[in-house]
Formats: sequence, C-alpha cells, structure tokens
Amino acid sequence: MSRDARIGALLAVLAAALIALPLAANSYLLSVATLVLYFAYTGQAWNVMMGFAGQLSLGHALYVGLGAYAAAALFTQFGIGPWAGMWLAMALCVAAGVAIGFLAFRFGISGVYFALLTIAFAEFTRIGFDHIGWLGGPGGLFLKVEAHKTADLANLRGGQTMFYYVMLALASGAFALCAWLLRSRAGYYWRAIREDEEAARALGINTFRWKLLAVAISAAMTSLAGVFFAFYYNNLFPEQIFHISQSIEIILGPIVGGVGTLFGPILGAAMLTTLADALNNLVAAMGWDIPGVKQVFYGVILLLVVMFVPNGIWPPIAKWLGLGRGS
Amino acid sequence: MALLEVRALSKSFRGLRAVSGASFDVPEGGLVALIGPNGAGKTTIFNMAAGVYSPDEGQIAFGGRRIDGLRPHQICAAGIGRTFQIVKPFAGLSVLDNVIVGALQREPGVPGARARALGILDRLGLAAKQDLPASSLTLPDRKRLEVARALATGPRLLLLDEVMAGLRPTECDQMVAVFRELNRGGLTILLIEHVMRAVMALAQQVVVLHHGEIIARGAPAEVVRDPAVLECYLGEDTEV
Amino acid sequence: MSASLIANVVIAGVLTGLVYGLMALGLSVIFGVVRVVNFAHGEMMTIAMYAAVLLFGAFKLDPLLAALPVAALFFGLGYALQAGLINPFITRPEHSQFILLVAVATILTNVLLMVFGPDARNVQTDYMLDSWAIGQVLFDKARVFSALAALATAAGLFAFFRYSRTGTAIRACADSHLGALIVGLNVKHLYALTFGLGAACVAVAGCMMTLLVEVTPSVGPGYTLLGFVIVIVGGLGSMPGALLGGVLIGVSEALAGLFIDPSAKSMFSFGLLILVLLLRPQGLLGRRP
Repeated sequence: MSRDARIGALLAVLAAALIALPLAANSYLLSVATLVLYFAYTGQAWNVMMGFAGQLSLGHALYVGLGAYAAAALFTQFGIGPWAGMWLAMALCVAAGVAIGFLAFRFGISGVYFALLTIAFAEFTRIGFDHIGWLGGPGGLFLKVEAHKTADLANLRGGQTMFYYVMLALASGAFALCAWLLRSRAGYYWRAIREDEEAARALGINTFRWKLLAVAISAAMTSLAGVFFAFYYNNLFPEQIFHISQSIEIILGPIVGGVGTLFGPILGAAMLTTLADALNNLVAAMGWDIPGVKQVFYGVILLLVVMFVPNGIWPPIAKWLGLGRGS
Repeated sequence: MALLEVRALSKSFRGLRAVSGASFDVPEGGLVALIGPNGAGKTTIFNMAAGVYSPDEGQIAFGGRRIDGLRPHQICAAGIGRTFQIVKPFAGLSVLDNVIVGALQREPGVPGARARALGILDRLGLAAKQDLPASSLTLPDRKRLEVARALATGPRLLLLDEVMAGLRPTECDQMVAVFRELNRGGLTILLIEHVMRAVMALAQQVVVLHHGEIIARGAPAEVVRDPAVLECYLGEDTEV
Repeated sequence: MSASLIANVVIAGVLTGLVYGLMALGLSVIFGVVRVVNFAHGEMMTIAMYAAVLLFGAFKLDPLLAALPVAALFFGLGYALQAGLINPFITRPEHSQFILLVAVATILTNVLLMVFGPDARNVQTDYMLDSWAIGQVLFDKARVFSALAALATAAGLFAFFRYSRTGTAIRACADSHLGALIVGLNVKHLYALTFGLGAACVAVAGCMMTLLVEVTPSVGPGYTLLGFVIVIVGGLGSMPGALLGGVLIGVSEALAGLFIDPSAKSMFSFGLLILVLLLRPQGLLGRRP
C-alpha cells in the first residue's frame, strides 16, 4: 500500500471510531474524549505558529481568553449566540496576534525574547481583565445554564454528546486545514522560515508577512477554542483562563506528540489527557486529596520528552507504521 | 548597459570602512570574479547587492533599475539569486523540498514548482537524492543544493559566495563545469572566490579588491601578473 | 498625598527593589555566562522562602542567618542541576532549553503545592514591625536589613568575578565559549559553578523575602517573570544592571501601588517589559542580544 493510502486508511479508522464513540461510551468517558479533542485542537492551532513557522509562543492562553470573553460577553449582554459571536472572537484575536507579531517581528524580537513577550502580553491581559468590572472582574463571568431536553445547537446549550460532536468537528476541521496548509505554498514557506530565515529571504520569501500570517491563523483558530470553552464550562475567570498554566497545557500535546507534524498534537493530547485523568482517578480512589499531582505529572512527562525524545513520540511511531516524515 | 552596474559604492561599519568607492560592471551573460585578500570587502559588496545591507554611498543598478536599499526578498523577485559562504540548507526538509521553496518564486502552485525543482535537480546531478533529508548530504552536495535552490528562483544573475571553499580539486572541477554550462545557457554570474583554480578556469573578467577599494580589473591572465595585485596578496618585497 | 508618604513609599520601594535586584542578579549571572534562560528561577526563590520559613519554625533561626546555610545548600543544588540536567542542552536549540526549564519549574511549583498545601506561610521576627524614623520618613528595620544583606551579597559576587582567578575564568567563558575551551578551561565545571552561584543569590534573596511577604506555592511564576522584567530592563548579562533594574522596578511598583491600584502593580511591570523588549532589548546597561 502506498504511503498516502496508508495514511488514508488510518484516518478512516480513526474517524469511524470517533464518530461512533457516543454510542459506546458513557457521559464521563465522553467528557474525557471531549477534553482530548479540545487539547488536540488547541495543540494544532499552536502548532501552526511553532511547528510550521518556528515562533515559540508561551502566551496562547491570551487567545483562548479573548475568544471566550468576546463570545460570552455578546451572549450575556446582547443575547447574541456563539455562531455570530465567534466572528468577533476571531477578529479580536487576529488583531491581538497581529499586533504582537508586528511589534515583535518589526523590532527583530525572536527566540526566547519573543516567548517572553508573549508571556508578558498574556499576563498583562490577565491582570487587566481582573479589573474589567462589567465582564465580571475576578469574580468571573457566568453564562446561564438551563437544562435542555434537546440540543440547542444555535446557542450551544445541550448535553455532553452535543459538545463532543462540536469539538470533533472543530478538531477535524483543524486537522484538515493544517494538512492543506502544510502541502501548500504556505507550508513550504513557513518551514523554510523555521529552518533558516535568512536563506528563506534570499529565495524571495517576505518572511515578515508570512510569519504574521502564521500568527494570525494560529490566533484565529485558538479563539474558537475559547468560544467553545465559554459555552461548555459556562464560567470564565481571568485568573484561570489567561493563566500561564493554560498556555503550558496547550503546548504539551504538540511537544510530547511532535512539533510540526500533523498527528503529533493529536497523539500527544490523547496520551496526556487520558493518563492525567487516570492519574486523578487513581489518587481519588486511594482517598488522597492532593492538588498539584496532575501538574507534576505533566512536568515530568514534558521533562522526559524534552530530554529523550525531543522530536516527540509521533515520528518514531510514524516510521514504524511506514508513514514517513512530514505526517 | 551592463546587467549589473555598481557605482561608487561605500559602506562603513562602526567607523571601519569596509568598502570605499567601488565601481564595476557585470555584462549580461558575463562571468565576473571578485577576488582579494580576506577582509577586502568582497562579501560586503555581495551583501549590498543581495539587499542585506544598504550602501552608505553609491548605487547599484540591475537591468537599468536601481536596487540598492531593496530588501533581500525583493532582490530575489527582481532576478538576483545568491548562495551563502557557509551553506544554509533547510536541514529538516528533503532535498526536493528545499528546491521547491526556491521554485515557488516563479511557479504559482506547488505541482508546477515540484516539476521545475525536479528539472533543476536533474541538471545538477542531485535527482537521485531528492528524498533524502538535506542534513544528510555531504559538503559538495550541499553546495550543489544551495546552487540548485537559488537557480530555482529563475535568476538572471547568480551571486556565488566562495562556493569552492572546502572542495577537493576534482569536486571543484565538477562545479566549474556546472557553472560553465549555466553561463553558456545565458546565466550571468558574479562570484567571490579564493580558489584560483576556479577563477582562472571560469572568469572572463576579474576585479581585485583590497582594503575596500578596487585596485585592478581585467582579464584573468593580466590581473594575476599585475604588481599591485601581487603586492596585496604576497607583501611588498616580492619580486616576480 | 503628602511628600512624606511618597518618600516612605519610594524608600520602601528602593529597599525591596534591592532584594528583587539580588534575585535578578542570580538570573543575570546565569544567563550572562551559561546563556540559559532559567525559567525555574522564581520556583527556586520560592523553595528558598519555604526553607527559611521551615528553619524559623523549627529553630527560631532568623532568616538573615538562615541565608547562609540555605545559600550553601542552593549552591550545591544549582551546581548539580546544571551539571546533571542542563549541560547537554547548551548546544540544543533555544526553545528546547526553555521548555526543559519550564518543565522543571512546573514540577517544582506543584511538588511544593503537594508538600506544603496552598495556604500562606510566613516568618515573624521581633523586629519586623519596627522602624527607624528620620524626621517624617520611616525606614522599616526588616527592609533595611534585607537590603543590606542583598547589597553585601552582591558586593561579594562582584568581588569574586573581578578579583578571583575562578571569577576571571568564568568571565572568559561568558565572552567566548570556544576560546575558553581552547585555553583549557573546564567549561562544564565553570558553568555548573556559575549556576550554583546564581542559585545561591536566589537563596539569599528568598530568605530576605520572607521578612517582607508571605509565601505560597504559586508565587514562583510571578517572581520568574519579575526577574525577567528586571534583568531585561537593567540589561541581560549586566550585574550592576540587575541591581539598578531591581530598584527601578521596586520603586515603580510601589508608586503604581500608591497611585493606581495595588493589584495593578504587576501590570505596570509587564507593560514596562513589553516596552523595553521592543525599544531597547539590551536594557539600560546590557550588551546587544
């Protein structure tokens, strides 16, 4: 079987399993699966900036938060549903991302300094939102939760199954988008920039514009995760949603799975989320109440991956499956 | 009108004058070599032509149009390709993908760029290695890849920065053959070179730089006998 | 808003700023020499603070005195961390190193959370509520002692780098990694030594900090970021810059707290970081990155 046919087969099996999952799983398992898909999605979005264009962002929680608050504010203040609200969310996040990117790239900020800049903007916004009274301030912004008999897709009010399918759609869409981008001119140009920006310029690539494009797309995608977050959890606290631990949780999937690959973020998210959940259950079952166990687990995994499998766990698996590089 | 016209070019770095009042032409279809001792200012001139720096004084014209002060990607779009003194392959990409990046400058879509890239790899003898990661290539092959990539952008003028450095004599001869063929096909070439073997074999015109100034120019055979040139390379008390 | 109130606030800011500066000094030294961005810096500070709290709780040991054993301990731990974990990463891409230390920081913060729980702890020495008065201006004793200790430590570090053989060797490594190797310096050992020294600075700063604030496991990231703000404002790799930056941040935070809103203090610092990164990334006294 050719390589493309093998990838196709793998995708088909995966898709079938994911679509059929609600039939076999209970509500709790579905919620875990939804979380896996959420982190697979945000991981893909972050991957566009880092894995493709080589720009390390440690402040992606900014876009989750802005997207969430934008959509939530429109809903609670004006009754505007998420399908309209998401456009504002995306516009706001693209503006923020482009602003940060423009400033950074214009002034030649890269590498670690760029990462610090992204952290600074996220932190700045976190504290800022604590002071925005009409959005709830530190006390939080709440969406009304009503029990629904049927799923109200227009307003994203419904049961676990509805949210699962929404997230599945988002994650699948992200996967398809990234696959398409990777094979397009954008994919080639971004990878060239990631490998050697100076050489890329000498080949006619306007690296400034292409880097901004990566940031814009990444921000827009992440904003939708924020919209989902708002309507799924129904409460938003600046301390939580803009916090650096959110940013770190977003990057874990791609780093563990494989930065710059298509399947890496998905595999990484799947592994980490399910293991963390299992760990939490284990700890609870033992009767311990230890906050912080999950984070230590994440830290240890991150450490091990960065030390021993720096390119992520997907590349060796892909090789074993005969799928070659670039997947 | 020559394809590349350099007029009274000057550039200083923090008070150190790297290039001073340099003027020379590269005729269309020509093959000109820029030589001189280390630190003479050759790469600085290249970098000004390639858009990495702007000149402090003077101008550079390409095909009649001023290009000094343009940024590197604009220079490439205008028709000038360049290689780097220390090769810069896209290490994580395959050989073919490296050249596709260059080819996308002239082709609107990836399939077209792929076809173009394959053709160029063939011309440079790298077709068999197209799927290998660029990081796995030997040095001579990396140099070929660098040239292939620059060629894929469809330049009228190719700037080669010490491309023979580190190559053995047979490898050097192979590269010389490649450039001769490209030049015969109409590609204008300006090269910086220390390896005299290559300069003598390739250049129609040689321009000699010393301490940022041009001290001699002409056919290779004349220039190597010029006392000023010998003095700058070998020192003052040399007798011929 | 009286002049004496402002003066008090500024003085408190300067004194606290010197302690911040010492913490940032450790970060600057590590980055200036080993070229590693120590993202776990704040967590190291937090651990030092807990150490001081524990020693006070167990032995009634004043944090000013506890600083000595804690610094010694941290020197050893820092050395081990660099030699054991970080060294292989020197040649790896930047983001790899960064993420390594992010991982270490995450582990440290949450281990502290697991061990100590989320409640705040602090130290209560006799002199903590006393102050000296010069006219209308007050000098808190705790702050003055901390600031003096910070200055003394910094001075000791300056002297070490300036006058000792090892210090000169370390400065050589900072200037040229390859050159140092060629001359036969044991660069790995010197890097580890430098990290140890940086950690020792953080240890002293942490002990001093317990006299000024209370500690919870979550203060780590805040101090890491504060350290970066100071170091970038003052100049990455510049030792006097770190102290100067610390004082500047201390004063501006104090004034921001007075005129705007106490919780907006850090917002101001981040705003400053963004400005400096954009306009003058080498900071006030640093070298071009």
